[in-house]
Amino acid sequence: MGEPGTPDLVKLEDLEASNVLTGRKHILSLLVENQPGVLARIAGLFSRRGFNIDTLAVGPTEDPDISRVTLTLDGAVHPIDQVTKQLHKLVNVIKIRDMEPDGTVAREMALFRVNAAVENRGEIMQFAEIFDAKIVDVSRRTLTVEVTGSQDKIDSFERMVRPHGLIEMARTGEVAITKARPDA
Amino acid sequence: MRAADALCEALKAEGVQHVFGIPGGANLPLYDAIYDADFEHVLARHEQGAGHAAEGYAKATGKVGVAFATSGPGATNLVTAIADAMMDSVPTVFITGQVRTDLIGTDGFQEADVTGITLPVVKHSFLVTDPRQIPDYIHKAFHIAKSGRPGPVLVDIPQDLSRADIEYEPATGTPDLPGYKPSLEGNIKQIRIAAKALANARRPVIYGGGGIVNAEASEEFREFCALDEFPVTLTVMGLGAFPAPHERWLGMLGMHGTRAANYAMDEADLIVCVGARFDDRITGKLSEFAPRAKFIHIDVDPAEISKNVPAHIPIVGDAKDVLPKLTREYRALKAETDRLAEWWERIRGWQAAHPLRYEDSTDSEIKPQFMVEAMYEATGGDAIITSDVGQHQMWAAQYYHFSKPRRWLNSGGLGTMGFGLPAAIGAKVACPDDTVVCLAGDGSLVMNVQEMATAVQHDIPVKVFLMNNGHFGMVRQWQELFWEERYQSVAMGSSPDWVKLAEAFGWSGMRCEDKSELRDVMRTALETDGPVLLDVRVTQNENCYPMIPAGHAARDMVG
Repeated sequence: MGEPGTPDLVKLEDLEASNVLTGRKHILSLLVENQPGVLARIAGLFSRRGFNIDTLAVGPTEDPDISRVTLTLDGAVHPIDQVTKQLHKLVNVIKIRDMEPDGTVAREMALFRVNAAVENRGEIMQFAEIFDAKIVDVSRRTLTVEVTGSQDKIDSFERMVRPHGLIEMARTGEVAITKARPDA
Repeated sequence: MRAADALCEALKAEGVQHVFGIPGGANLPLYDAIYDADFEHVLARHEQGAGHAAEGYAKATGKVGVAFATSGPGATNLVTAIADAMMDSVPTVFITGQVRTDLIGTDGFQEADVTGITLPVVKHSFLVTDPRQIPDYIHKAFHIAKSGRPGPVLVDIPQDLSRADIEYEPATGTPDLPGYKPSLEGNIKQIRIAAKALANARRPVIYGGGGIVNAEASEEFREFCALDEFPVTLTVMGLGAFPAPHERWLGMLGMHGTRAANYAMDEADLIVCVGARFDDRITGKLSEFAPRAKFIHIDVDPAEISKNVPAHIPIVGDAKDVLPKLTREYRALKAETDRLAEWWERIRGWQAAHPLRYEDSTDSEIKPQFMVEAMYEATGGDAIITSDVGQHQMWAAQYYHFSKPRRWLNSGGLGTMGFGLPAAIGAKVACPDDTVVCLAGDGSLVMNVQEMATAVQHDIPVKVFLMNNGHFGMVRQWQELFWEERYQSVAMGSSPDWVKLAEAFGWSGMRCEDKSELRDVMRTALETDGPVLLDVRVTQNENCYPMIPAGHAARDMVG
């Protein structure tokens, strides 16, 4: 008895079950084996368990045998703990990281085709400048703008241009990487 | 070496002695290799039968069960068995033929995307794309199927690849699977907290499940339960892990469990769940389940913990590792011994007021519960019993007092009718010296009745005791109780003459309609050589009680 970390008596009334809903957005970064069908397993798991993915991005990593899947989910709706545990059961999933918001660099890229007739073309271009975005395609009545940044930044850009007539939007979903320690 | 021969070598290296299956176009190379292989192939009559036989084999022994099927319909026929093995965590490897690689994706003859179809119901699957993968995938499949929380693994092999020539080198050691590392050892700090909480509990219940059986931890479970005056209950999958009858045995819990077990869960202050998963058949209405209890949840699958019921003390680990540690820690605490006296007084009250009971007939009519009791006596309580799904399954769980693990093989999770006969065949192949009886329902038995031919061809002397009530009895019961007696499609209307059917298959057929003769007829059936089907005519409209109506709480038990 008297083990460090545990009291001699554990009173039942003091026991708490951990709260399953965190109430915030989560970015899960998965390292998976680069094999056919892996994405189908992940997607199938989500649909079968009733988990809803907000965004999903898949791409290679520095190791050709390993791909990275980055997905974002709403922790107010889904028990993230249960989601990660289910994902861990997939044999092809090697590692899962629930990215800490403060220790993470997360970026998303989006393309917006916006109505840009003569009278509001200037304003759109101003927005692009403010958001550090690039104009990648031009036509007589439209501008296509490439925006990179956090999900919030892209959301705000969308809010700015939508009143001018948002014709088409394509977003990649976030990718994320942990911040290096300053001394690393 | 031809890849199909390498596959057989790999199976041999895994210790495979028996496989169940059916040949077809896409797995012809494999069957050609079997011609020279060292294991015995049992020819099933339907791939679902082969799959359940592999499950029965695995459930009876803990060894990996293996089934073969060809592509397309052969493989899709396996799907129910695969799903069944997934739900009940049965270590199984399913090997399917696939059309040639150049035909994949062309809707070729007998082509089906079997890895796709089975994706949600496998622990893992492999689609072979290079013949050199075949032996490696087989070893990986076995490792995954039997380790951690067991389950089904599918290996799908295109026909041309199994004909290719490869170099075979026997595998050594544990396969390298970077994303698969089951945690078997329980965290000792958590175990200590659990022991201390348990020492403080005034109204504890030990609730065990099939995980104990899978972990081969029945001995460890019994030792743990013997530490103190703990009341013990088990799920339908766990029966046999704790010896019934026993003075601290409450009976099975859940929808058709005893009142004592369900009421004890309802009033418990601490529930220790070992290798079970708080299925809806256990909890009933989740929001009213065990409202006063804190939960210690021990499971090898971390995803089961806090999935349905949030755990206060989660312990991820294999029951075989965790239970002895928990036993040691608890013993060291020297808990106050008579603190459970009051709790037992309450439980004894429920047991006295609500024993399992039925109204027996006063004439020759055979009540189904009586039939199970007669079966218990005739087999000396020591047979391997398989069952189908429905009333007879629940009566067997209630009235056949399983005292050892791996003696009760049934489809608990998926609830697959037609499981019993092929599972009995698999179990008898695995355990030829044991008496194997399939307690079947007349609704269920026809669903895989073709496997009677398998038993004859391979000289597998299983006994089928058919509880014949002329109905899909459980569905009839639900229509009676919850659908205003609007009986729809539950009477069998026409069934074969079972004695003649048995004889037509080359079995011995017997019939019993008289209670006073039943025990003797059963003994005769058990003593008769070869497979025997005994058609027992039981009460047609008997209901299975007690019962928690679906979606209700333990307190709402009826009957």
